Amino acid sequence: MKLYFSSKIFQKALAGLSGGFLVVFLIGHLAGNLQLFIPGELGQKQFNAYALFMTTNPAVIALSYITYTTIILHSIVTIYLVFKSKLARPIKYHVSSGNSNSTWASRNMAFLGTMILIFLIIHLRSFWYEMHFGNIGFDKWGNKDLHTVTVAAFQNVYYTAFYILSMLMLAFHLSHGVGSAFQTLGLNTSKYKKSITYIGKGVAIIIPLIFASIPITLYVR
Amino acid sequence: MENFSIKLKVWRQKNNKTQGKFVDYDIDDLNEHMSFLEMLDVLNERLISSREEPIAFEHDCREGICGSCSMVINGKPHGPLKGTTTCQLHMYHFNDGDNITIEPWRAKSFPVIKDLVVDRTPFDRIIQSGGYISVNTGSAPDGNAIPISQEDALYAFDAAACIGCGACVAACKNASASLFVSAKISQLASLPQGQPERDKRVVAMVDQMEVEGFGHCTNTGACEAECPKEISQEYIRKMNWEYHRANIKG
Repeated sequence: MKLYFSSKIFQKALAGLSGGFLVVFLIGHLAGNLQLFIPGELGQKQFNAYALFMTTNPAVIALSYITYTTIILHSIVTIYLVFKSKLARPIKYHVSSGNSNSTWASRNMAFLGTMILIFLIIHLRSFWYEMHFGNIGFDKWGNKDLHTVTVAAFQNVYYTAFYILSMLMLAFHLSHGVGSAFQTLGLNTSKYKKSITYIGKGVAIIIPLIFASIPITLYVR
Repeated sequence: MENFSIKLKVWRQKNNKTQGKFVDYDIDDLNEHMSFLEMLDVLNERLISSREEPIAFEHDCREGICGSCSMVINGKPHGPLKGTTTCQLHMYHFNDGDNITIEPWRAKSFPVIKDLVVDRTPFDRIIQSGGYISVNTGSAPDGNAIPISQEDALYAFDAAACIGCGACVAACKNASASLFVSAKISQLASLPQGQPERDKRVVAMVDQMEVEGFGHCTNTGACEAECPKEISQEYIRKMNWEYHRANIKG
């Protein structure tokens, strides 16, 4: 037990559990974002009222702090593990086989995670920071007009392209991450292996795809 | 085919205190039916005749069951053939005039002793930490006296096929020993005789693996693809489960 918390298996389990929480967060975030599909003034009213609720409700605020903590935990644990694994092979191979049997995503989780973290920082600056500290206007119902800020952001083709590219990174990250988390926790048994593979691939395709469809809709509209 | 020739690039290193380097050897007059190790034997005889230091490499049974013949051939542990040790790899899997690069296992925990020979005693220490049954299991019982399902027997047998060669460590991008350690843990955890020390064993062996400085498992699956005994990643799943379970139970 004394080495359990410092073991890489435990730390990987932490990475997996925190990742799992973040997938649940993504589903919740996505459900909220779906309101951006509502066109016109109704969409604006609905989205801004939702944004107000999400930034003032005590339960949501508490949940948001848990989410920030989880993101930081997931990043720190995984960066630490990557650092440790670099130490485990100080001399690289002259000829690399390209790792047969392993997917590109599985070998590049750290790169994908870093790209997602960079996206997250920019994303928070664009919307979270504007909502909390920015000097944004109010809609005619008296709520902060995050809807206009969001629609305006996605009129920029580069910003929209960056968002879509980031969702692609997320798709690859999830395509390995979900199944890997179950394996690390020891739950990927032969009985559930097939279902876990389908769930992992499904989550990896559906979540980023719907996320990416929103800015595309706003850009086209 | 007779008069088969290849161009070798071999890692040469005097000992773990000195820097190593690649040395090129053009070798001809080979027979395609030679095993890879026999090809190295021929090269070594020629080196000895010309008063050069022969290439140090490990070998013992030469029938694919001892796990000694560790070398990375063209980026693949035990060479390009799936489910095969280096000694069972024959030269007819290569073409006349091929360039072949041979490197030792690369891991901090497996320092080079000489040329292609690495120190694999970390594996011995992991086994010594708990990879055995020390409770009294009595004398040899009658056949079928201990009930065990065929599924469990096959599961344990597949894990027991591990020859402890270290190809999993060599193949893993993190130099993780998870496949080896998990095979040894799962084999004993699946059998009745392994039950009394099941929790103590997994904790001791995983903790020793940590102490030896191997990397973590990122479930890429590269180990399973390169393992000469094709041990499944399922055993890593089993080890993770056993390790969490034993520690949570306390």
